[in-house]
Amino acid sequence: MPASSSGLRIALAGNPNVGKTTVFNLLTGLHQRVANYPGVTVERKSGPLSGHEAAEVIDLPGTYSLSPKSVDEQIAYDMLAGRLEGERTPDVVVCIVDAANLERNLYMATQVMDLGLPLIVALNMVDSAEQAGLNIDASALAKALGVPVIPMVAARREGLDALREAILNPPPPPEAWRWPLIDAVATPARDLVARLERECPELSEQQCFMEVLHALANDAALAQWETLAPEFHAAVHALRAKLAERNVSFRHAEIMGRYQWLSSILAPVIQRHKDPSERTLTDRIDALLTHRVAGPVIFILLLALIFQAVFSWAVPAMDLVEAGMASLGRLARAILPAGALADLMVDGVITGVGNVVVFLPQILLLFFFLGLMEDTGYMARTAFIMDRVMKKVGLSGGSVLPLLSSFACAIPGIMAARTLDNQRDRLITIMVAPLMSCSARLPIYTLFIAAFIPSGLLLGFIGIQGFAMFTMYLMGTVMAFVAAWALKRFIFKGTESYFVMELPPYRMPKLNQVFWRMIQRSKIFAVRAGRIIFSLSVVLWFLANYPKAGPDPALEQLRAEIEVQREPAYATAAATDGIHAADRAYEASMQQLADRQRTHQIRNSFIGILGRTLEPVMRPLGFDWKISAGIVTAFAAREVIISTLGIIYSVGDADETSVALRDQLKADRYPDGRPVYTPLVAVSLLVFFVFALQCMSTLAIARRETNSWLWPAVMWCYMTALAYLFSLIVYQGGLALGFA
Amino acid sequence: MTLRELRPGERGTIRGYALQNPPERLVEMGMLPGVIVEVLRLAPLGDPMDLRLHGYRLSIRLKEAGLILVEKLT
Repeated sequence: MPASSSGLRIALAGNPNVGKTTVFNLLTGLHQRVANYPGVTVERKSGPLSGHEAAEVIDLPGTYSLSPKSVDEQIAYDMLAGRLEGERTPDVVVCIVDAANLERNLYMATQVMDLGLPLIVALNMVDSAEQAGLNIDASALAKALGVPVIPMVAARREGLDALREAILNPPPPPEAWRWPLIDAVATPARDLVARLERECPELSEQQCFMEVLHALANDAALAQWETLAPEFHAAVHALRAKLAERNVSFRHAEIMGRYQWLSSILAPVIQRHKDPSERTLTDRIDALLTHRVAGPVIFILLLALIFQAVFSWAVPAMDLVEAGMASLGRLARAILPAGALADLMVDGVITGVGNVVVFLPQILLLFFFLGLMEDTGYMARTAFIMDRVMKKVGLSGGSVLPLLSSFACAIPGIMAARTLDNQRDRLITIMVAPLMSCSARLPIYTLFIAAFIPSGLLLGFIGIQGFAMFTMYLMGTVMAFVAAWALKRFIFKGTESYFVMELPPYRMPKLNQVFWRMIQRSKIFAVRAGRIIFSLSVVLWFLANYPKAGPDPALEQLRAEIEVQREPAYATAAATDGIHAADRAYEASMQQLADRQRTHQIRNSFIGILGRTLEPVMRPLGFDWKISAGIVTAFAAREVIISTLGIIYSVGDADETSVALRDQLKADRYPDGRPVYTPLVAVSLLVFFVFALQCMSTLAIARRETNSWLWPAVMWCYMTALAYLFSLIVYQGGLALGFA
Repeated sequence: MTLRELRPGERGTIRGYALQNPPERLVEMGMLPGVIVEVLRLAPLGDPMDLRLHGYRLSIRLKEAGLILVEKLT
């Protein structure tokens, strides 16, 4: 063991689905930290090497290559090349490879070798390779590659000690560049390396080699030398032009060179004792799960199960959270002196935090199912099944999962879009995800459909209310596809989306890993979204309660009347029962009075003023000042409209099943006696909620994920425009057709 | 012939590309001349294809499969 492991930086690299996370967990225990790399939202997972607290293990994103095409690949390359701000080049790189699939896995290892970093190859899952009929001579492989090779079965902790030993005694940097360059490049490349070394003496020879190759293959990599090393830049340009003239693709020649070298060294190392086309368990499972008929059916059933879980299994937990927050509110009321501070704490802060926490059960469940789908390998199959459909609107199968997640909540949906290889696909997916009807719209759908849509049957067997609910979901989904198509057609022109996806073998998921990731992801959601909702509910509370309205003469008179009527009621009450009845009547009257007092307050508060100011704009959609005020508050979070309407209609604690609120809405009249809510107004409002982006958290997450305010701003504008336009068409069209 | 013309269950050896520069990702994933590819199945809606090469499974769209020249193995 070396004298000091302090400051040692160990980077874990490797393809996706090779057990990298398992190795990382073994090396660090559970003492890991998840953060973001500066400026991007690729997770930077790191932790101390257990037993050596000063040595840091960094888990790089799983990638197939170090030649940057996706965000993940860019990060992995920049990290290993020491290009990331605040990140030192790692002292040793562990490349985890799948023993059953050595050629493609070692392809990336050759790229790491070329960077001139000490490398250890962790030959993982040797057990499955043996089952597949492959015998690998690890020591012969180590000799051929010139780096230590540690056979492992990480899932059973086999090989862990040997790996730790190798990490703590890092090997010298391997000899780079042993694969053949094509002749057309070999000589000029040597010249280019020498030129770059002269212009940038701080780079090592091996780094120069890697940079030459990148500059030859990649436009972005070349462009950075324009100012850093102008002579080198010009020389690379000249060589590229010469190659193009002769129709030589250097990039392809380079990839082929690496694969050829690998197959020449692997031939004597691997022994096959089985026919490679023999059917595996994964093949047999896939014969069912991707079957022409059974595949889609199973996929839809699985979706139904997840929806069922998120929408109904989560309810008891959500009720529990709500009850908990309510008693916390009562506790705070009991402790704090009555007044503005208590109001702010209870109505603002505790209610606001409750609004976030109440979604956690749904989000935890969703992340749990998503984690299961990822870890078993089924996720790749959903992309395989759905790619054809997604292609129609210009996306690929990879967008299926983010869009599905958005039915629960757009936030995890937008976060899931990270896995997309193509940046354009990723942006489009983020931009349309909030059109999928999320769970926060459900309370609004429920309230207004129950109140205003007749409960009869359509064609004798379809419930009209259920059909209306389904129509809401359908409208949002169809619009998401239309928007994706339009974005691709008019905004993100050019680059064609393609679909090249590995279908990894099915594996038994490790429940503790699924749980751990579920907690980590939910924590990110709760902290980020929580911060926004928290501060916003304080603001909303303030806007609904200030300025303090002066006393309303009508209400003061009512109060006096109630007090006056109280005495005779007691006087005429003969028995105890009568006195109790009088008490109850008095309390009910006082409660009604307090409710009307709140209506009076909100009408004259900032929100009331805003609602009344906006009324002329909202009038063509059929909305009065109360609905307008509700919509304004709902831009913080959709479900807020129900509590706002509850406050306005003075029904105390309103929720979507509240019969009182439903009746109040139905009974509300304009001064001329027309009802405020007709079924047409309700439909117009529903349509508005289907399309409008009324969720601060979604905007905040979109800002994080796109690293710009531009996209959230565009998202908000186009969705609000859609909402207004479609509500207008529905209401005015309805009026024209004679639905009053 | 091209890879997209192979039927499920058939195998072929890659001989080259129909295009000067096929997508880099395809080549990096090991779609190289000399490699044997087996078509396992098509997705339920007919596209993409599910392939086996180098002992692992890859799915690509028919459009990309049409860029890869193969020699059918019998």
